[in-house]
Amino acid sequence: MKTNWFTSSGNWVLDRFPLTKLWNDHMAHYYAPKNFNFWYFFGSLALLVLVNQFVTGILLTMNYKPDAKLAFDSVEYIMRDVHWGWLIRYMHSTGASAFFIVIYLHMFRSLMYGSFKHPRELVWIFGMLLFVALMAEAFMGYLLPWGQMSYWGAQVIISLFSAIPVIGEELSLWVRGDYVVSDATLNRFFAFHVISVPLVLVMLVFLHIVALHEVGSNNPDGIDIKKYKNEKGIPLDGIPFHPYYTVKDIAGVGVFLIFFATIIFYMPEMGGYFLEHANFIPADPLKTPEHIAPVWYFTPFYAILRAIPDKFAGVIGMGGAIVVLFLLPWLDRNPVRSIRYRGGIYKKALLMFVISFLVLGYLGTQPATPSATIVARIFTAIYFGFFLLMPIYTRWEKTKPVPTRTTEHHSIDEQLPALLEEITELKPATSEIDHVVFRSSFFSRRPNPTGIRHVLTRFAKKLVESLD
Amino acid sequence: MKNFLTVSLLMLSLAVNASESVKLDHADIDLTDKVSLLRGAKHFVTNCLGCHSIKHIRYLRIAKDMEVDEKLILNDIAPLGAGIYDQIHSAMNKHDAEKWFGIQPPDLSLVARSRGADWLYSYLKSYYTDSKRPFGVNNRIFQDTAMPNPFWKLQGEQEAVTRKTIYGDHTELEIEEPGTLSEKEFDLMVNDLVNFLVYVGEPVQLERRQMGKYVLLFLSIFFVIGYLLKKEYWKDIH
Repeated sequence: MKTNWFTSSGNWVLDRFPLTKLWNDHMAHYYAPKNFNFWYFFGSLALLVLVNQFVTGILLTMNYKPDAKLAFDSVEYIMRDVHWGWLIRYMHSTGASAFFIVIYLHMFRSLMYGSFKHPRELVWIFGMLLFVALMAEAFMGYLLPWGQMSYWGAQVIISLFSAIPVIGEELSLWVRGDYVVSDATLNRFFAFHVISVPLVLVMLVFLHIVALHEVGSNNPDGIDIKKYKNEKGIPLDGIPFHPYYTVKDIAGVGVFLIFFATIIFYMPEMGGYFLEHANFIPADPLKTPEHIAPVWYFTPFYAILRAIPDKFAGVIGMGGAIVVLFLLPWLDRNPVRSIRYRGGIYKKALLMFVISFLVLGYLGTQPATPSATIVARIFTAIYFGFFLLMPIYTRWEKTKPVPTRTTEHHSIDEQLPALLEEITELKPATSEIDHVVFRSSFFSRRPNPTGIRHVLTRFAKKLVESLD
Repeated sequence: MKNFLTVSLLMLSLAVNASESVKLDHADIDLTDKVSLLRGAKHFVTNCLGCHSIKHIRYLRIAKDMEVDEKLILNDIAPLGAGIYDQIHSAMNKHDAEKWFGIQPPDLSLVARSRGADWLYSYLKSYYTDSKRPFGVNNRIFQDTAMPNPFWKLQGEQEAVTRKTIYGDHTELEIEEPGTLSEKEFDLMVNDLVNFLVYVGEPVQLERRQMGKYVLLFLSIFFVIGYLLKKEYWKDIH
C-alpha cells in the first residue's frame, strides 16, 4: 500500500522517537484508580496555572523594564497603553494567588488521603521542593512591580538573612547586591524570576510526574489498586488516565476558569489581598509604610516568624515550618493512608492544624499587637505540635479496617439535584394574580429555610461523627 | 475540642481590636456617568493640575473613553497648549515644588487605587483652620498633611469644634466662613472629582466588567459541554 507523505514523515519520526511509548506509558495505558473525587482536580489545575504563568509572564517581559527608575511606570504602561496588557497582567497577578490556592488544596489532599506515605515519599519530596521553588518564584516576582509593598516586603525578608550569626550581614548584602534593596536587587530578581526559577520549576514538575507514574496514584481509599489485577495485568479498580481523567479534568478546568475569570474581570485586587493597595504607590526607599504585610500566601509563615521573640529563632521557626513538611512521610507512623479509615485522633489533629494554618494566615495580615502575638504563639505551637507529636499520637490511633477494593461514594454532581430539591421549595410565583386558573399554574423554586437548616445540621452531625 | 474552639475564637476577637479612626464619608462612584467624569476632569485641571500630574493617562484616552470629540477635550478641559497625545503633566517643576511645599506633590494617577474613593472624598472635605500649620490648615483624615486646602474659596473655611457629650469629647468640622459654593454643590463637585480619579486609576475597568459577562457565558457553555462529555465517557465505569 502506498502511504502519503504525511504518514511516512510521521513514521520517520516514530522510528526514531518513542512517542507512542511515552503517550501510552503516561496517558493511554497509565491506570489511575477509578474513585478519584474532586480533590484530585488540583494537580492538573496546578499544571494549567503554571502554563498560564509562563504564557502571560513571557508576554509581560516584552513590555516590562527591570530598572528601578522605569519598572513601576512600565507596569502602568502595560495596564493602559499595551493592547490587552491589563488582561495579561491581571491573569499573571491572579494566577500567582490561584497557584497557591491550588497548591495548598493539593497538599491538603495529600494530608487527608496519606498520599505522602510509602511508596510515594519521593513524589512528596519533589512536590515539597516544587512548593519551595514556587515560594521563591512568587517572592522575587513580587518585587518587580516596584511598588511600596514590593520594596518593603523584599527589604524585610532579605534582612532576615542578616539574623544568621557570623555570616548573616555578608549574606544579606550578597543577596541584595547593595546595602538596601535597589536597582541591583531588582535586576537580579528579574533574572531569577524569568529564567532560573522557572527552569527549576519545569524540571521539578517533570520529576514529580515521573516519580508519581512509577509508583501510581493514591486514591481516596488509600488502597493499592495494583494488588488485584485481571488476566491482562490491568488493575481491576484502575482506568486509563486518557480518556477518562482527561475529560474529567476538562470539566474541572471549566469550573476553575469560571472562578478565575470572575476574579480577573470583576475583582482583580481581591479586596487588597491579590494586589495590595500600598503597591499602587511607587517604591520609596525613604518612606517606610505604616504596616508591612506580605501577600496572603506567605502570611502563615510570616505570623510564625513574628510570633517567636528572638529574630534568629524566628527565622529558624519560619524555615522549620516548611522543613517539617518534608519529614512528613517519616513522622506519620500509621500505615493506614486514607482519613476514611484513620482514627479520631488524627482527624482531630488535622482539623486543628487546618485551623492553626488559617488563623496564622489571618494574623500575618494584621499588625502585631501584644494580644495578637500571644494568639500567634499558641497557634504556632499547634502548627508544630501537629508534626512533631505525630510519631507519638499516630501510634495510639485506633484505625478502622481498610477495604481491599475501592469503595463507591456519590460524587458532588450526583448529590446536587437532591440537595437543591431539599433546600428549595415550590411556591406559587405570582401571588398578586388571585385567580383559580393562575394559582396552580405558576410555581417557582424558592429557598426553603427549614430545608437549609436540616441540611446544615445533618452536615454538622456528620462532621462531628466523622471525627471519631 | 469545643472548649478549644471557644477559647481560640475568644482570643482571636481580643487580638483584633478595631483601631479608632474618623469615620469616612461615602463617595458615590458611578463610572457610567460620563458627564460626572467630564466635570471631574475639568475640576482636576482647574484645581489640582497646578501641582499634581496624572501622567499615566493621556487626553486622547479621556476623549475616547468618554466618547467626546478630541477638540472639545482640548478646548474645554485641557490647559492651554496641551496636545491630545500628551500625558497629563503638571507644569510645576520638582525644584520649585520642594522649595514651596517641602516635597514634590505626588502623581495622582493611582491614588484612588492606593487610598480608595471614600478616603479621597472625605480627605478633600476635611480641612480645617489650624494656625500652627505652615499653610494655616490641617486635615482631619490626614493629620499634618503637607497639602494646603485647594478648595478654601469654594468650600469656605472650616473650624474644628469640640463639644462635651456624655460619651466623651466629640469633635466636628463646622463652616466658619461660607465659600462660593453651597455645601451640596461642594459635595457634588468633590464627588465628581473623586469619580474621575477612580476612572483614572484604572481606565479599563468599565470595559473589563462589560467583557466579563461574555467570558463567563463562554466558560459556562464550555463547562456544560465538558461535563456532558465526561458523563458520556464515564457511562460504563462502575
